[in-house]
Amino acid sequence: MPSKLLQKYFRMDKLPHIWCPGCGHGIIMKSVVEAIDELGLEKDKVCIVSGIGCSSRAPGYMDFNTLHTTHGRALAFATGIKMANPELHVIVVTGDGDSAAIGGNHLIHAARRNIDITTVVFNNNIYGMTGGQYSPTTPTREKGTTAPYGNIDKNFDLCELAKASGATYTARATAYHAKMIKDLVVKGVKNKGFSFVESISICPTYYGRKNKKGESPDMMKYLKDNSINVKALNKLPKDDLKDKIVIGELYKNEEAEYTEEYQKIIEMFRQEV
Amino acid sequence: MENKVKLMQGNEACVEGALAAGMKFYAGYPITPSTEIAEISSLRLPRVGGKFIQMEDEIAGMAAVIGGSLAGLKSMTATSGPGFSLKQENIGYATITEIPCVIVNVQRGGPSTGLPTSPSQGDVMQAKWGTHGDHPMIALTPYSVRETFDLTIKAFNYAEKYRTPVILLLDEVIGHLREKIEIPNKEEIEIFDRVKPSCEPKDYKPYRVEENDLVPKMASFGEGYRYHVTGLVHDETGFPSNDSKIAEELVNRLVNKVEDNIEDIANYEEYMLDDADIAIVAYGATARSAKSAVNEARENGLKVGLFRPITIWPFLTKQIKELTKKVKKILVVEMNLGQYLIEVERAADKGATIYRYNKINGQLISPDEIIKKIKEDIYA
Repeated sequence: MPSKLLQKYFRMDKLPHIWCPGCGHGIIMKSVVEAIDELGLEKDKVCIVSGIGCSSRAPGYMDFNTLHTTHGRALAFATGIKMANPELHVIVVTGDGDSAAIGGNHLIHAARRNIDITTVVFNNNIYGMTGGQYSPTTPTREKGTTAPYGNIDKNFDLCELAKASGATYTARATAYHAKMIKDLVVKGVKNKGFSFVESISICPTYYGRKNKKGESPDMMKYLKDNSINVKALNKLPKDDLKDKIVIGELYKNEEAEYTEEYQKIIEMFRQEV
Repeated sequence: MENKVKLMQGNEACVEGALAAGMKFYAGYPITPSTEIAEISSLRLPRVGGKFIQMEDEIAGMAAVIGGSLAGLKSMTATSGPGFSLKQENIGYATITEIPCVIVNVQRGGPSTGLPTSPSQGDVMQAKWGTHGDHPMIALTPYSVRETFDLTIKAFNYAEKYRTPVILLLDEVIGHLREKIEIPNKEEIEIFDRVKPSCEPKDYKPYRVEENDLVPKMASFGEGYRYHVTGLVHDETGFPSNDSKIAEELVNRLVNKVEDNIEDIANYEEYMLDDADIAIVAYGATARSAKSAVNEARENGLKVGLFRPITIWPFLTKQIKELTKKVKKILVVEMNLGQYLIEVERAADKGATIYRYNKINGQLISPDEIIKKIKEDIYA
């Protein structure tokens, strides 16, 4: 018997999902739905938008207004939706390649505008759907099918990128810390502005196999052992932080929200016809 | 609105036409010679309760327009040459997802950055085939400021009626031309709005075409019909499908909803063709010169007429075929190397002779050049 959560928020006839055994994406998707449930959002007022890639198939399973767009462009589509109807709670689910490579420009500008969209990145550090090419978050020296000798690119810190661009809420958790993802998405949706939640996922099929990271449980254990809560950060010596994943709420700031600012312009300059 | 006589630029008339049609959202990126469309939209939209956003690039502009339309607002973007190239992937997305929107392309010389402020008609084929895959396309091309106003309204109406992106192809001359125009009364303007579902949300099939309907009924996000939209081939429920039969049926339906209704979409003007020996085929700014050339030719006793396609796509195959049966000699004049000409040759009656006059140096073709071509090459 499927859980009440499943029955209430998922399109049961579209499950099971297409993700590989051991993939972390299902955990993150469930956490997003739990957040929506905890917030008590009306399903008709929720809009889930994605681009292209493994993560971006999530909207098909979720029973809301859902939009599966072109590669990298989810935030640009979402911006149009939010502008047209600010009543909608717009949540973008996207991957590391989708949001930070082809869609990098849209990410920094959506953050800059502080438009009220919550972006959840399913970051598995690899291009999964096309078969394991390196992404902007593949750690330097690690391998992908297009980095057979090890990747020489520096990897992005996506939360730093979002914060520097103007996001008013940034946070990070991992697929191991499912409840934390839920908590962070709740806070992200409540934040009136651009919220960015990076969720570190696992891809045993490509990233794990290419880089000898073991099976899914090994990769989950890695996330557990190498994550440090931001609250404990100051208590630890700096050397202990190398290659660690800092999780928790990283940044929060209140600033004017874009669609509200535009509404002010309409109210000031609207003319009666 | 009262009847207003105004001196207006083509780009401005485009915005006024869009507002008359009900545009409530504009997203775009500035590019010459289309920039006035963005500027005037940014000024006018909030005054009617609408919204303008300058996006970070052309791709984002097209994406936001689709999002805006899906959330219920009539939406438009405008661009020129390089920007039109960038928008193409998302134009294809709007086509397969059947989301109404209007894309204005004020053409400039190309390829690449080309000639930024010079006229061209070089994007005729790109308007039809710019995005990948087989797909329908409706593209309209005005030749005056007043017609720009009228055709922008028509572009919105076709977009809503056929649930498809519609392209308004201007050229730099028309975009920057100033003419006196009379803006019609609101009551005189025919407006078409998308047909919305009235069924229970649980019964809503977002891509099912009911009997006697032209296109599926379209709910806006947020109205209580939760559904899925994807650029993948999808069945009537909106979910992806790899079924070859469904793929074939979907693309055929998309193409046929336009191709089967050419008579509704076919706009054209015939000028002095009744007794003509030679017909000039010209559109946009070029048609203005062609009309002058026809007048001058008639004064010289030459029986020349003009066929002016206003609907560039779908191609007016039937009308062009009839024309070539009637006059047997046709001169296609374009500010490109013969993009529309290819289609005219394809459609022409076997006995017809097709002549061409082309120019790609960023200058308008003058009436004199057309007369010279007729006298030296066709009548000689």
